[in-house]
Amino acid sequence: MIELQGVWRTYPVGEGVVHALRDVSLAIAPGEHVALIGPSGSGKSTLLHILGCLDRPSQGRYCLEGRDVGTLSEAERSLLRRTRIGFVFQFFHLLPRLTAQGNVELPMLFAGVPREARRTRAAEVLASVGLLPRAAHRPDQLSGGERQRVAIARAVVMNPAMVLADEPTGNLDRASAQEVMGVLEAMNRQGLTLVVVTHDPILAARAKRVVHLSDGMLADAPAGEG
Amino acid sequence: MAFLDLLGFALGALRGHRLRTALSVTGVAIGITAVLALTALGEGARRYIVDEFATLGSNLVIILPGKVETTGGVPFGGVTHDLTLEDHAALARLGRLARAAPIAVATETLRHGDLGRSAPILGTTADYQEIRRLRLAAGTFLPSGDPDRSGTEIVLGTKVAQELFRGESPLGQVVRVGPDRFRVVGVLAPRGLSMLGFDLDEAAFIPVRTAMRLFNRTSLFRVVAEVRIFAEMDLAKADVLALLKDRHRAEDVTVFTQDALLASFSAILRVLTLSLAGIASVSLVVAGVGIMNVMLVSVTERRAEIGLLKALGAPAPRILLAFLAEAVILAALGGAAGLAAGAAGVGLLALVYPDFPVAIPLWAVGAAVTLSFLVGVGFGVWPARRATRLDPIAALARR
Repeated sequence: MIELQGVWRTYPVGEGVVHALRDVSLAIAPGEHVALIGPSGSGKSTLLHILGCLDRPSQGRYCLEGRDVGTLSEAERSLLRRTRIGFVFQFFHLLPRLTAQGNVELPMLFAGVPREARRTRAAEVLASVGLLPRAAHRPDQLSGGERQRVAIARAVVMNPAMVLADEPTGNLDRASAQEVMGVLEAMNRQGLTLVVVTHDPILAARAKRVVHLSDGMLADAPAGEG
Repeated sequence: MAFLDLLGFALGALRGHRLRTALSVTGVAIGITAVLALTALGEGARRYIVDEFATLGSNLVIILPGKVETTGGVPFGGVTHDLTLEDHAALARLGRLARAAPIAVATETLRHGDLGRSAPILGTTADYQEIRRLRLAAGTFLPSGDPDRSGTEIVLGTKVAQELFRGESPLGQVVRVGPDRFRVVGVLAPRGLSMLGFDLDEAAFIPVRTAMRLFNRTSLFRVVAEVRIFAEMDLAKADVLALLKDRHRAEDVTVFTQDALLASFSAILRVLTLSLAGIASVSLVVAGVGIMNVMLVSVTERRAEIGLLKALGAPAPRILLAFLAEAVILAALGGAAGLAAGAAGVGLLALVYPDFPVAIPLWAVGAAVTLSFLVGVGFGVWPARRATRLDPIAALARR
């Protein structure tokens, strides 16, 4: 489903060039649960952005479900993000003025889904993360774990093929983190491809496959190595 | 449907910044109010002047001896004929004219006892009262009858009467003009300065034949006539010209109508109103810059939100529309508030100065609404475009 071939990502900085990714080749099959680990500055986030079609490789090819993302226009990549990819962020990125329900409806609102359909679908997804009773609460009335579960609901509301999570538990206490990972893993079991960026070895250990990034280069390692 | 949803989204965003929203709405409101108030004042001035003309009688035809325009080829200097009382009599018989009054005018000194006052004296007939819509404070106007009759009646303007008689009743008293003695039969009601710059309060009226003898004139100063049907103004004018051309065997009179004067005054004042509106709309531009500022701050402040929307795959045109909708809502609210404030202000003005016919012309309302919408779109586009061009990665990275 995901195929990276010799991907480089470079940024010009002053006179020189920073290599965020160096020659990364990686294949992820549908339904996989992959943990992307590595120290900060290793290129994890850059890789995640490329996987999420927010960024494009400077060099190399990225194929998502058989399409070469590098050749797509911004509008086409926007469509991919809208329909195939869900994002979960470390800082939740919920809109504070909207209720949980409103936040979950947001992708559908901008996708032009009619109001009634939005209502039903949002309620359905909120129920699946166990937050239906909190649907009318605004983010500041929710705990960190609840907020992240709302964010997960928002990520999957458009029925994407994969969810990209950037440090999803980085801002949560251990119990909330357990809860959040439980939700994500449950969705993964139902066939959702899951890529989690983390530097938490315990979290990474829960993934079936761990990809190590170091200085922009891959060091594939078997699961459970830590 | 989708647009309504975006509108709802934009409203929600505005509600999050009440003070900022209120301030920029106020800016637009002030602009719209200014446009409406100034156009209402201009329109009021126009109506005031038009009304003033109407009381003079806008269905008047005024005939003066001599040709005002230069027409080449008049041999030997083109002698102009006098405009005589006989001409007036012929004019008065024209079917399209309701009535006509001859006028001979000169400034003479009026004397009563040892008091004297220099005043313009109009020699005319009873018809003049009707034509000029004169009202009398006391007595009667000049007696109707044959214009050729030399009478010794005099009617005084209100100021002249006051100055000469110092509070006593002038009716029946004798006023001398040069060697002649006149008997006061009436005093005009105060009228004030007419638009043509002639103060009827300062004037006196005597029979026209007497006046011509007294002033030693052979020609009338002019003839004023009232058209029977307003719509036939041009036909009446042509009739007058044809008649006098026939009588004088030359085209040697000038005929002008007050509706032409009225129309040009009205046009001038409309331009004035428009320029006032133009000046006022400068404040709308200022308000527009205010909206732009608010929207730019909003875009900068909501970088994370925009980044999120882009990460969620919101199409760029929809993001643009959402931010544009915010700007338009600001402008529309401002426009509505401005309309209300403007209408209230003009209403208040009408209460305080009931004589001044202030009114907001309909075109100004339309222009104000259109302007506020244009301000919203015009000054909202750039910030909205900035929003859609934001790099989602950079926008999300900050927190």
